[in-house]
Amino acid sequence: MVNEVDINPKTRGDMPKTSYSKPTIGSMGKTGSWRTFSPEINYDECSKCRTCWLHCPEAVISQDEDGTPHIDYDYCKGCGICAQVCPKHCISMVRDLEKKEVEA
Amino acid sequence: MVATKDMPQKEYVLKGNAACAGCQDMVALRHAHKALEGNVIQVVPACCTSVVQSLWPKSCLDIPVLNTAFAASAATASGARAALRAKGITDTTVMVWAGDGGTFDIGIQALSGAFERRTDLLYVCYNNQVYSNTGTQRSGATPLHAQTTTTWYGKKEPEKMLDLIVAAHEPVYQTTANSSYPRDLYDKFKKAKEIEGPKFIHIFLPCPQAWNYPVEIGVEIGKLAVETGYWIMWERLGDEWTLGRQSKRFQDPDNRKDIEEFLKLQGRFSHLFKPKKDEKKIQDLRDFVQHRWDAVLRTFT
Amino acid sequence: MKTMLMSANYAAARATVSARVEVVAAYPITPATTVPEQIALLSEDGVFKGEFIRVESEHSAMFACIGASSTGARAFTATSSNGLLYMDEGLHWAAAARLPIVISNINRSVSPSWNIHVTHDDSMSKRDTGWIQFYSASVDELYHTIIQSFKLAEDERVLLPVMVNADGFVLSHTVSTFDYLEPEEVDKFLPPYNPPHWKMDPDDPVSHGNIVFPEHYQEFRYQMHESNKNALTVFEEVEKEYKKLFGKYFGGPIDCYKCDDAEVIFTSQGTIGAEAKDAIDELREEGHKVGNARVRMVRPFPVEKIRELASKVKAFASFDRSASYGFGGPVANDIRASLYHTDYRPFVKSYIGGFGGRDITVPDIKEIVLDTVNVVESGELGPEETWHDLR
Ligand SMILES: Cc1ncc(C[n+]2csc(CCOP(=O)(O)OP(=O)(O)O)c2C)c(N)n1
Ligand code: SF4
Ligand code: SF4
Repeated sequence: MVNEVDINPKTRGDMPKTSYSKPTIGSMGKTGSWRTFSPEINYDECSKCRTCWLHCPEAVISQDEDGTPHIDYDYCKGCGICAQVCPKHCISMVRDLEKKEVEA
Repeated sequence: MVATKDMPQKEYVLKGNAACAGCQDMVALRHAHKALEGNVIQVVPACCTSVVQSLWPKSCLDIPVLNTAFAASAATASGARAALRAKGITDTTVMVWAGDGGTFDIGIQALSGAFERRTDLLYVCYNNQVYSNTGTQRSGATPLHAQTTTTWYGKKEPEKMLDLIVAAHEPVYQTTANSSYPRDLYDKFKKAKEIEGPKFIHIFLPCPQAWNYPVEIGVEIGKLAVETGYWIMWERLGDEWTLGRQSKRFQDPDNRKDIEEFLKLQGRFSHLFKPKKDEKKIQDLRDFVQHRWDAVLRTFT
Repeated sequence: MKTMLMSANYAAARATVSARVEVVAAYPITPATTVPEQIALLSEDGVFKGEFIRVESEHSAMFACIGASSTGARAFTATSSNGLLYMDEGLHWAAAARLPIVISNINRSVSPSWNIHVTHDDSMSKRDTGWIQFYSASVDELYHTIIQSFKLAEDERVLLPVMVNADGFVLSHTVSTFDYLEPEEVDKFLPPYNPPHWKMDPDDPVSHGNIVFPEHYQEFRYQMHESNKNALTVFEEVEKEYKKLFGKYFGGPIDCYKCDDAEVIFTSQGTIGAEAKDAIDELREEGHKVGNARVRMVRPFPVEKIRELASKVKAFASFDRSASYGFGGPVANDIRASLYHTDYRPFVKSYIGGFGGRDITVPDIKEIVLDTVNVVESGELGPEETWHDLR
């Protein structure tokens, strides 16, 4: 079976006969741009319980072997659920703007 | 119950998709697919799940997905199952993933038909209690007094007890679930995967858009639904019915949190509290909680 | 090949055996009912080897076919009138998803009032769904056209569903001999269906039918339109091959009889076209230069063939067993539209009738053709459309 789906068809010549789509990370682009607040993990407090990973709707939290969570900010939509469910309350939601200012 | 660390790392719901921030449907999908491990054909009628996949030619679901007409999911799935049978393929799960509109309302005939035919099908209704896709109109699953764009002053009728209708079809496996309990949900999909015949998983899931609550408290709202006794977690394997461990405590009304705690967090119920508290309507909903417990226990025990 | 004797509906059921259909999903409605009934029996007796889904509605029948075809199976259904209308959403869906499903639609009047006899309103109202449409005139033709339709539908250049129509009762319940082909014989003609582009396959996952924005939607529909037109060429090849293999040929998209030197040509769809041959013979004996053109394929419309006929004749007497309410006979309209951009200006008389199963007999057809002969002789068109036998 061939899957000739061109991700960026310019003309109908690049298009298949009917609309079937291929699994793609970032199907809507870098959804991190939707975010107003960013989750920040305080790794000193994090108990590696994996609860944030469990509840993240966006599947942007990955874990190390030992359970240390990492957030992919390219795609995190900033919903804040991870911060709410964290039993140690060690994820804080920081306004992106403030963060940039602090960094500057 | 599965330990979080033992759940598969592989994601079938790919990041960077079109779902609203905080969408609990995505949580349910993530863990359902972790349990099914990719060997599945997923049929999706018109609903939010048809939108969250994103735009052609990209999709955020790393499994085969067949989008279909609003009323047609169980029929479409019947056809997919028949095709697999004709080709001698038996190990692929055929799953419908439909909203409450596609299940309680327009799709109920096809669902009933497919179950009566004993189709080997896992039918999942993700119940966000409203037509979210089209912008929050009432469905047969919308609770009493909830505001929608077709019930501006609150819905006048209580929700349909779909589980009892489904149970009358005697599925081989039937369960309720809740997106706030992902490990339990994962276990239920694992179980369903191994059983042949018609299976029904009814997932309660909060929708921040339609219910109008602060997006970060989605998990809390889902849990409150259980802790107030409003949503009952149970399983039925053949004739054997068991009350879920999450709901056991709340069979006794004295252990339940008051329904107000669930209601007051959601904009769709704000008119019950503002400008003046409407004790009568809140009591109606409190009564409904007990009514559902009575109906469920009467039916299954 | 062996001769069998049965009704058209039973023969249609047999075609699913011959074509090794993998999934049938169907729901009873008179006069199509005996198709699924017979498939059920063939299935229970182990003659039909595919899966038969006894669905709870026609909407589900079409969508079960869509689910099956999307999973790579050859799929078939049968219905009539209200059943076809109930499938409407699925008809559009199947065409746009480019699924080579075949349906046998047994033409029946649309309600109200309840009338189980033939009118072509059901299928004619579905001309714009993207489906290829045939109308058949005999048990043999219905049976073989169904087999041919799978080949046509599954051709990469077409990839569209096909509707094979048959007049309710007049044909569906007529018992006649036909040439039956064993599946092993058909194998030479029809290889197993293997979707060339996509299917539901966990080893190669795709999502079919998610959102398409205005940037691309139109191009998908354009392709559907072009592929539908391709069916004319592909069908010619299909018929040629079929003739070579099995010696069966039903006359192309328009089956012509005594048209070569004809001045007036009678056109129609379905069984009337068979009846018309006798009428033409009698009229010829009476000294009229008339011919019969049975329009077998209504979508895509055989525009070139119509033009070729128009280049030689003085008039068409076009008979429609249906109406495009508010705008006359659907095929008459298509004939007229086919000629507008040519220099051919035969009269195109539109006759509408035979509704609700009202008989159209040899004398009726003769009356219609003679009416058009008079038009040619007088040079006066008279009414553009005439409801025949209007009481
Ligand atoms: C036949 C038909 N009628 C109406 C619609 C419009 N429509 C699309 S999705 C939808 C509501 C879906 O609600 P639900 O099933 O609860 O899923 P949700 O959007 O909440 O996820 C409606 C009314 C349609 N697509 N098809
Ligand atoms: S803010 Fe939301 S999307 Fe971002 S990591 Fe936390 S749960 Fe995931
Ligand atoms: S509207 Fe609700 S259910 Fe739909 S995608 Fe958004 S959050 Fe999810």
